[in-house]
Amino acid sequence: MYNNDIIRIENLHVTTATQVILKDINLKIPRNRITVILGPSGCGKTTLLKCLNRLTDLHPQLQVSGKVWIDDEDIFQPNVDVIAVRKKMGLLSQRPYPLPMSIYQNVAYGLKMQGIADKHTIRERVQHYLEEVGLWKEVKDRLHSPASKLSIGQQQRLCLARGLAVQPEIILADEPTSALDPISSKKIEEKFLELKSDYTLVLVTHILRQAKRLADHVIFMYLGEVIEQGTPQEIFEHPQTTILREYLKSGH
Amino acid sequence: MKYIPHLLRSRKRKILEENIMKSIMAITTYSIILVFIYLILVISWKGIPALSWEMISEIPSGGFYFGKEGGILNAIIGSIYLSVGATFLSLLISIPIALYLNIHLLHHNRIKGGIRYLLDILWGIPSILYGAFGFILMIVFHLQASLLAGIITLALLITPIIIRAFDEALQGIPEGLLEASYAMGLTRNQIAFHIFVRQAMPGLITATLIGFGRAIGDAASVLFTTGYTDHIPTSLDDPTASLPLAIFFQLSSPIPEVRERAYAAAFILTLIILAISLLIRLCTSRLSKYQI
Ligand SMILES: Nc1ncnc2c1ncn2[C@@H]1O[C@H](COP(=O)(O)OP(=O)(O)OP(=O)(O)O)[C@@H](O)[C@H]1O
Ligand SMILES: [Mg+2]
Repeated sequence: MYNNDIIRIENLHVTTATQVILKDINLKIPRNRITVILGPSGCGKTTLLKCLNRLTDLHPQLQVSGKVWIDDEDIFQPNVDVIAVRKKMGLLSQRPYPLPMSIYQNVAYGLKMQGIADKHTIRERVQHYLEEVGLWKEVKDRLHSPASKLSIGQQQRLCLARGLAVQPEIILADEPTSALDPISSKKIEEKFLELKSDYTLVLVTHILRQAKRLADHVIFMYLGEVIEQGTPQEIFEHPQTTILREYLKSGH
Repeated sequence: MKYIPHLLRSRKRKILEENIMKSIMAITTYSIILVFIYLILVISWKGIPALSWEMISEIPSGGFYFGKEGGILNAIIGSIYLSVGATFLSLLISIPIALYLNIHLLHHNRIKGGIRYLLDILWGIPSILYGAFGFILMIVFHLQASLLAGIITLALLITPIIIRAFDEALQGIPEGLLEASYAMGLTRNQIAFHIFVRQAMPGLITATLIGFGRAIGDAASVLFTTGYTDHIPTSLDDPTASLPLAIFFQLSSPIPEVRERAYAAAFILTLIILAISLLIRLCTSRLSKYQI
C-alpha cells in the first residue's frame, strides 16, 4: 500500500538522567515535501533529527523510547539494519564536517560507497554534484586540495554534494544556511525546491522568511514538545497558541 | 598622574610578575635546549675523530676490541633490523587496539579506562624487565638468542607506548566528524580505516617515531634476547649485534682508542634516528594534509 507519509513518529520520548529533551512527539512527515521545524534554541530540534537516523545510538546517555517509522519500518527495533536506514538519509549538520580527504574525494567517497568503480563515471558524477550545489566553479582548479581549506560556507555546500552523492531518499538539514551569505543561501534554497521532486526534506531553520519561502508543512516546537503543526498558512497566518504568536512576532 | 599612584603601582607589579614568569619559562626552555646541544656536541666532538669509513663499512676483525682494525657494520645493520622489525610488528598490533578503544569501546568508559591504566603501567616498566620476560619466553619456546627473539621483546616494550600515543591522537577527533561519518551510513570498519586513520595520521606518525626511537636505543631488553655477534645476521634465528650494546662494550674497555670508538658508534646511532625521523615525516606529510 502506498503511504504518503515517509516518516511517522509515535510517542517519541528522549530523556537523559536529569532532563527531558523530547516529550511525547507524534508527527507525520509527508513524502516529497519540505517540512520545516521551527522553535527557539535548545528546544530539541537537532535531537529530533538525530532520532530519525539513530545517531542517538552514539550518545548512550540519551534514553529513547517510542516509535519512528521510516518507509513502514520501525527503525528502533533491535534487528533493524541501521546502516541501511542511515544510507536513506543525508544529514547536513549545523556545523559542516567534511571528511579528512580532498574536495574531490569527499564526493567520490559517497559514490564509491554505492559500488561505482569506473573512474570516468566517478569524475563525471563528482562534477555533476558539485555543480548542483553551486560549488564547481569555485573549486574546479583545486579539486585535490584538502576540503578543510574551504570556507565554512563552501564546506557546507560540499557536505550537501557529498550527501546527494549517496542518493538518499530523505535529506535532513540542520540550519544549512546559517553560515552562508545571502546569495549562496538563495542558491541552496532554490536547490531544495528542486530537490523536492526526488527527495523528502526536513529542514531546521531560525529564519522565518526562509521557512515561509520553502515550507509545505511546518512544525513548531517549544521545550521538547510539538506545540503546533500544519500548513504554512495555518502556522503563519492563524497561530493558535500564544507561544507561537510571540515567537512569530519576535522573529524576522 | 598624582591621583592614581596605587593603580600605577599595581600595574607595575603585574608587569613585573609577568616578566618573572616569562623569564622562568624562557630559562627552563633554553637550558633544556642547551643540554641537548651540549650532548650532541660531546658525542660529535669525541665521535667524529674516531669515525672512519672502515668503521661503518666493515664488521669487527679479531682484534677489534683491542683497538685493531674492523668496524661496527654488524651492530648498525643489527640495530636497524631489530628496531624496524619491532616497530613494524608493534604497529600491526597497536593500530587495531587503539582503533578498537576509540570506536567499539567508545562508550564503555570503565573497560576503556582500565585498559588505558594498564597500558600506562606497562609504559613505565623498566626495559630490563622486558628483557627478562623475553628471556623466559625464549626458554619456554626453546628459542636461542636471536634476531626474532629481540624483535618480539622490543615490540612488547614499545607496543604500550605506540598504542597510548596513537590513542591520544584518536581521542582528539571531533565528535561531529564521527556523527557525520555515521550519518553517511559508514560501517565501523570504514570509519576506522578511512576516516580515523587519516584524521589521526600525524599522531600515528609521532607514535611510530617515539616507538622506533625507544626500540633502537634500548640496550637492556636485547641484552639477553638477541645476544651479540661479530657477524651480520642472515636469518631470524641468528644472534644479532646492536648499537647500544656495541657502545656499552666499547665504553667499558680499558683501551682509550676503543672508548673513542664508542662515541663514534653513539654518533652513528644519533644520525640513524635523525635520518629515519626525517624520512618518515617527509613520506607521510602528504597523507596528513587532509586533516580537518
Ligand atoms: N548528547 C546529549 N547529552 C545530553 N544532553 C543533550 C545532548 N544532546 C542534546 N542535549 C540537550 O537537549 C536539549 C536540546 O538540544 P538540541 O541540540 O536538540 O536543541 P536545538 O533545538 O537543536 O537548539 P539550537 O537551535 O540551538 O540548535 C538541550 O538542552 C541540550 O543540552
Ligand atoms: Mg540544533
